[in-house]
Amino acid sequence: MSEEKYPGIFLNELIKKNPAFVLVMGICPAIATTNTAINGLSIAVATALVLFGSNLLISLLKNIITAKLYIISYLIIIATLVSIIDIYMQIIIPAVHNNLGIFVPLIVVNCLILGYSELFASKNNAAKSMTNSIIMGISYITALTSLGIIRELLGTGKIFSYSLFPEKYGALLFILAPGALITLAYLIIVMNKFLRN
Amino acid sequence: MAQLESNFRNASLVLSVIILIAIAAVTSVHFITNEQIKTTEANRKLATIKAVLPFDVNYIAKAQKLNDGNELIIVHKAYNVKKEFIGAAVESTTNNGFNGKINVMIGFDKNGEILDYTVLQQRETPGMGTKIINWFKTENRNQNIKGKNPGTMNFTVINDGGEIDAITAATISSRAFLFTVRNAYNAFCSSKPECSADTSENKNCKTK
Repeated sequence: MSEEKYPGIFLNELIKKNPAFVLVMGICPAIATTNTAINGLSIAVATALVLFGSNLLISLLKNIITAKLYIISYLIIIATLVSIIDIYMQIIIPAVHNNLGIFVPLIVVNCLILGYSELFASKNNAAKSMTNSIIMGISYITALTSLGIIRELLGTGKIFSYSLFPEKYGALLFILAPGALITLAYLIIVMNKFLRN
Repeated sequence: MAQLESNFRNASLVLSVIILIAIAAVTSVHFITNEQIKTTEANRKLATIKAVLPFDVNYIAKAQKLNDGNELIIVHKAYNVKKEFIGAAVESTTNNGFNGKINVMIGFDKNGEILDYTVLQQRETPGMGTKIINWFKTENRNQNIKGKNPGTMNFTVINDGGEIDAITAATISSRAFLFTVRNAYNAFCSSKPECSADTSENKNCKTK
């Protein structure tokens, strides 16, 4: 992806470049952690913060990171940011951090972050990288939160642990991995239909 | 700023600087937040202990760690304002769950009766094994363990000849949970000098 101009209308970019539903990037945590809305929201916010920080730093350092070292350098920067975010999550949301477990450190290998670092941040200035990462981050948060809300509602009858109907009427399938894939597939269909129109 | 020339010297220098800055950043954040994390964890643990001991706890003794050969069991003895022993919250763990580790905090009164429990950690199957969180404190047939004393009854699932109803389609999780509670009860008894550690005789632990 070569040097891009500033993004167009904010909402347009938010929908057309949605990482989970359009670009289909960062799907692993989308499936694994969206069994509840709060888990999906938390992992998405953590990913968005890492995306913002890594894009900013990489766009500032792109001229001094040599071609042969760019992957390892990007990974060190991303891993440092993930470690810092992991530590702060233990303080701010300890219960959710406990539920997310291994998926917080796995943000390091989220293809959304490494992919965007290589495709965009390494080829654009800091202002454009920051703007783009904010848009991508908000898109990703919207995608994972909506996925989490749907799965939690259909699976347990709750949204953000607030019960709307008894859990016994919920479909267990939606809390498990197959339900995540089914829900994601339908959301991708809906998004594509919306984009075509 | 022009692209830095790609040679061995520049590459080594840049990589070394990035690594050093990364180490410094993570280390300093760790040192800044270490105490706060410990305080948060201690407060969470205290809240869990008080949740399973539903009476006026004035003082909780320093945690007593016991090794049952496989797992570490932690006993938190509780005392009232008169410094009388009123019960204990016991943290017990097993790896016998369907998907691995189950960690439970169980509250016992001074006689060994179960007051309440909280599942601290589990990876059981959602909708089935995860029911251990509330199943064994729900008043329905023989599934409620609150008010029961593991020393005076066969504290296993009915499938194994016991007296406790297992979770439907989650017998392994139920077995593991009750195993954890039995271990916690044994540790509770052995931590009190008045009780024999040998609960195979189903002794009812009573204070003098």
